Amino acid sequence: MSFLIEVNNKQIEARKGETILDALKRQGIHIPTLCHIKGSFPSGSCRMCVVENVKTDRLVTACSTPVEEGMKVLTHSPRVIESRKTIVELLLSNHPDDCLYCVRNKNCELQDLSEELQVRERRIKGVKNSNHLDRSSASIVRDPDKCILCGRCVRICEDVMGVACIDFINRGSQSVIGSAFNIGLNTSSCVNCGQCIMVCPTGALSEKSHFPELIAMLNNPEKTVVVQYAPSISVSLAEEFKLPAGLDINSLMNAALRKIGFKYVFDTTFTADLTIMEEAAELVERVKTGGTIPMITSCCPGWVKFAEEFYPEMLPNLSSCKSPQQMMGAVIKTYWAEKAGLKPENIYSVSIMPCTAKKFEAQREEMTNKGITDVDAVLTTRELGQLIRMFGIDINNIAPETADSPLGFRSSAGKLFGATGGVMEAAVRTAYNMLTGEELLRFKIEALRGLDGCKEASLDINGLIVNVAVVNGLANARILLDQVKKGKKNYHFIEVMACPGGCINGGGQHIGASEEAVKARMKALYDIDDKETIKVSHKNPEIIQIYKDFLGKPLGHKSHELLHTHYCKRDVLL
Amino acid sequence: METNIKSILNNYPEGSADSLIPMLQDIQEHDGFLSKEAVIEVGKYLKMPASKIFGVATFYNQFRFTPLGKNHIQVCRGTACHVLGSATVLEEIEKNIGVKSGQTSRDGIFSLEVVACIGACGLAPVIAINGNFHAKVTGESIKEILENYRNQE
Repeated sequence: MSFLIEVNNKQIEARKGETILDALKRQGIHIPTLCHIKGSFPSGSCRMCVVENVKTDRLVTACSTPVEEGMKVLTHSPRVIESRKTIVELLLSNHPDDCLYCVRNKNCELQDLSEELQVRERRIKGVKNSNHLDRSSASIVRDPDKCILCGRCVRICEDVMGVACIDFINRGSQSVIGSAFNIGLNTSSCVNCGQCIMVCPTGALSEKSHFPELIAMLNNPEKTVVVQYAPSISVSLAEEFKLPAGLDINSLMNAALRKIGFKYVFDTTFTADLTIMEEAAELVERVKTGGTIPMITSCCPGWVKFAEEFYPEMLPNLSSCKSPQQMMGAVIKTYWAEKAGLKPENIYSVSIMPCTAKKFEAQREEMTNKGITDVDAVLTTRELGQLIRMFGIDINNIAPETADSPLGFRSSAGKLFGATGGVMEAAVRTAYNMLTGEELLRFKIEALRGLDGCKEASLDINGLIVNVAVVNGLANARILLDQVKKGKKNYHFIEVMACPGGCINGGGQHIGASEEAVKARMKALYDIDDKETIKVSHKNPEIIQIYKDFLGKPLGHKSHELLHTHYCKRDVLL
Repeated sequence: METNIKSILNNYPEGSADSLIPMLQDIQEHDGFLSKEAVIEVGKYLKMPASKIFGVATFYNQFRFTPLGKNHIQVCRGTACHVLGSATVLEEIEKNIGVKSGQTSRDGIFSLEVVACIGACGLAPVIAINGNFHAKVTGESIKEILENYRNQE
């Protein structure tokens, strides 16, 4: 049902049950918000979105007030603007004000609001925040001084990720956000997904950077610095340079990486294909020999830590395959090092990931083989953007290049890893071949595509019915796993991605992307799959080659040593 | 200690989130503070994240997270005591025993708590140590009082 409300002396249409904010947005009226998260239950705590309700003569929060028939609202009256401006001035009064040194300089909602509302003097002087900087986590740095207590990180962590490792601590002016007992994030249940960074309006949350070490290594003549990039990077990096969302700039990225000084450029999508070979073989083996079913993917390090903390009894269900990042790391320092005639200890292996949890994964003790770490440094998409700018590379004006070979050629199936459901589709293609010796006639599994939190499908493989499920957002994983545990759902194979939408919306991606942008990234991956000819991992010629020259066969001795791992229960504050 | 927490939890068979605060109060009554283990136990029992429980507990002044010292000092910061200089007394105590309100000194001899009003305004500024009142304390006299308790060891 819709009716009219009066906004700034003009009639506009509003729908029953929606908030003032939603009604205004449809009319192109922008109302500033801080604590609001689209799609989440409104908290109305920051008061940034106040509008004047003319009939009651009160300021009401647009984000949490439903529209009423005949309502009269002023969105930018002097009283409203004064109120919003005062809120920003109050937020700035105890804020460190060190924008020039801040990781979020030029991409900060507080900075934007201050500019929008023309804050031009320090009218309200408060005692500056002084809390401990939390650098304990391998992935995430928390600077509570820059926190404005909007609570978005708290809500995303609980509602979307189902982790709830942080909450408000203390009361009133003493309030801070922190983990239980306000100890470091590293001992909390944090899974390092970085979704809190994605919603943080300021620089209170950011990824842990490895820039100084990386730059030292790039200039160390004894080291050969190599780089790999995840499947989703090529379709999401463009936004760092204000290019259209979903634009695939893979070849430009190759060129930029070489200009920065990386000697060899590899594509993690190659090891995504390798993961599929191992994972599909593992699935087939489990199904054929009556192993632990459902098998659950293990390429998402956020999910793996989540399982270790909250579902330790289900660890035998996780595939023993390392993630593509770690497989690439292991293959670079063995197979490739031998081919290139380099000592593994002289290789500095960097990866570019859409993810902050990958930083944690790279330093897991299981990911070190005989004292040599698989991957030495992990950068996020955002950090790659910074690096390209720092080296003065004009991404619009460089000649495209291809990745190095071997370890640079991929199928389009591996590319699908970037989106939720992609690992499943790619695995099904290869598992089908392993089970039947034939190729699927139709590669697309429409039911597993899109941004829905939980998707399922039943596949008929020559009479063998295989039930699969795909979840993204760990809160959804929780619901599904509880059903599986209770025996309400029976699957053979489950794909779990921690972040909503999968890696294309990972915690290391461009901050401030809209849902449309995420969809554009997803579409770009599927377009690549539509266009290209090698659509299955087992037909990637470099994959065939590596098994022939080095690994032998999937699940073989070498694979077990280099490409598989194990997990264990984690004792953290839950 | 663990069995005690379990027996306290068993007094709340419905295990609903509403019982969180009474539960924490019972545990503190019994243990003198909320230990990490206690918070974890309560979390498991109520299926509530530890961060949420800690968040709720820190919202209220009544909960503490370190064990009490041998001598528990309560400093009144009510209006009458404030007017007559309880701020100086508190400052001196903090300096003397080396901890802030809500904490326990390293040697375990003292723990400190700030309370809103003890209800003995006629004795302002007043403090209570182990429930014994000390009236009209000053920045000077408090030193002697603390020394006496210290020497009791």
